Amino acid sequence: MIAVARLTIGETARKRILWVLIGLALAAVALTAWGVTLLISAAQDAHASDLQIKLGVSQVLIFIAFQFGFVLAMTAAFLGSPAISADLESGIAQAMLARPLRRSSYLLGRWLGLSIVVVLYAALSGLLAIAAVSFVSGYLPPDPILPVVYLAGQALILLTFTIVLSTRLPPIAGGAIAVVAWGMAWLAGVLGHIGIAIGTTGLVGVRDLARILLPTDTLWQGVVFGLEPSVVINAIGQQQLAQGNPFFATEPPGIAYVAWAAVWVVLALILAIVLLRRREL
Amino acid sequence: MRQMPRLSLDVPAIEVTDLRKQYGSVEALAGLSMSVGRGEVFGFLGPNGAGKTTTVKLLLGLARPTSGSGRVLDAPIGDLATRRKIGYLPELFRYQPWLKAREVLELHGRLIGLGSDRRRAEADAALGLVGLEDRADDVVGKFSKGMQQRLGLGVALLGEPALIILDEPTSALDPLGRVDVRSIVRTAAARGAAVFLNSHLLSEVEQVCDRVAIIDHGRVVASGPLDDVLGQSETQVRVTGLKPTDLPAIEPFGTPLLANDLLSIRPMGPDRVHELVALLVRMGVQVHEVRSGRGSLEQRFIELIARDRSMSGTPSAEKAVIQ
Repeated sequence: MIAVARLTIGETARKRILWVLIGLALAAVALTAWGVTLLISAAQDAHASDLQIKLGVSQVLIFIAFQFGFVLAMTAAFLGSPAISADLESGIAQAMLARPLRRSSYLLGRWLGLSIVVVLYAALSGLLAIAAVSFVSGYLPPDPILPVVYLAGQALILLTFTIVLSTRLPPIAGGAIAVVAWGMAWLAGVLGHIGIAIGTTGLVGVRDLARILLPTDTLWQGVVFGLEPSVVINAIGQQQLAQGNPFFATEPPGIAYVAWAAVWVVLALILAIVLLRRREL
Repeated sequence: MRQMPRLSLDVPAIEVTDLRKQYGSVEALAGLSMSVGRGEVFGFLGPNGAGKTTTVKLLLGLARPTSGSGRVLDAPIGDLATRRKIGYLPELFRYQPWLKAREVLELHGRLIGLGSDRRRAEADAALGLVGLEDRADDVVGKFSKGMQQRLGLGVALLGEPALIILDEPTSALDPLGRVDVRSIVRTAAARGAAVFLNSHLLSEVEQVCDRVAIIDHGRVVASGPLDDVLGQSETQVRVTGLKPTDLPAIEPFGTPLLANDLLSIRPMGPDRVHELVALLVRMGVQVHEVRSGRGSLEQRFIELIARDRSMSGTPSAEKAVIQ
């Protein structure tokens, strides 16, 4: 498994994917810092209060996190979707699996290697963006590590999902399905917020069901909550309208949902192993 | 070329009995039985769709048999640990295109459990065997098909395997490369390795194999030493003026058969052709053409497949595509 994981990380480096991701991350951080500087300057010109500036900066951070979450989802989907299927189509996997290498070790090795790449990318980009915003604005989220962990977790779930699909579907199909599923899960989360705002339990039920099927939205709530200043949460958190905002979270995701997200990854990997083992090569 | 240690010749390298494989409604293997000894070069032949690749996949554990049993290197087929001792060149030889040739071999060395101290040396030795020592640090993606097949052969030879399965090993090679492969196969067999050779080049199989099996519709239609499969030697003479009543005079040479102007005598090799021609001339028969020898494997292959298909009622026997 470790040999396959090392091979996978080497593959992303040799194919320059790793370097492109790092370059994109640095560019995104530089643009974020520049944008926040402009925002603060405009807010100060308009004599905005510190609380208003803090709220504005945290909202910008959340929007950036959303965009970055989308980029991460795409990255995870397009790294994961060919991980198994392309190797099977080309015959590279058969040459390796004719060796004393279990299919489970091969699959877990591919997953582990890509997970390390995706998590490192999420951590590097997320922490750098938070540090850059803190540097130019003075605003640091209460626990800057937590939103990055949730962001990385979200990417990990999508990566795992695409690897499950990759055991049976061609790369493009797997990647497309994964991105659409991620978008639908996020949309279900938005519906849940609207449901809370207008008091419709049915919509909240849709969100909860989506969080069980693909728990990315659970972790998105964690990202949003982790980026908000505590003073803002205390001030407006209990207002029903605020709870209806998909870019606002009054509380972190429930422990049961977070635990389910971890269990979901394990179950998905077991499913992927079963699907690969049952496949005729 | 390196000297390789001899391996035990006691147990067959491959022994399968009544192996069956069903893909949905398609029966890819219909009761395949065969045995391959250690130190033997075994040719595995059959038309497209005969079940050759399925057999290879079952032997390697890449697919599971529907029924039947088999042992490879004295372990049940598909046994994980045994794969350490099997070298495999797939028909679709594809290796990580972003790796260097030596890295591909080191990766496979790691997968078969070679220690880090031996991996590099074994990789370099394999590169030397297949003539790629000068391209060791080149990226595989830039290799020609022939070079990639050479690399695949190197991968199959890595770690001195006791069984080497080669699926169309010369399909992308030039004539010089084919000569090299024959030499490599012979060297591996000489150290005790069994070589399972799946090739559509029947002349090549004739040159290198000790025994062959011809399969069609998922079962063996003929197998054995090459001489047995090829059948008896035969002499054919195109004549005029020979009457059926003259045939007893020819019987000392073999069993004669006259069909129109073609006289066939079996068994009869080329060593007594001059005596036969002299006899025929003395009998007043005109001799126009003489051919003597054994049929080629290609002829025999077409005959066997045609006979098998006519017995099983499958049409287009003569159109069997040789693979």
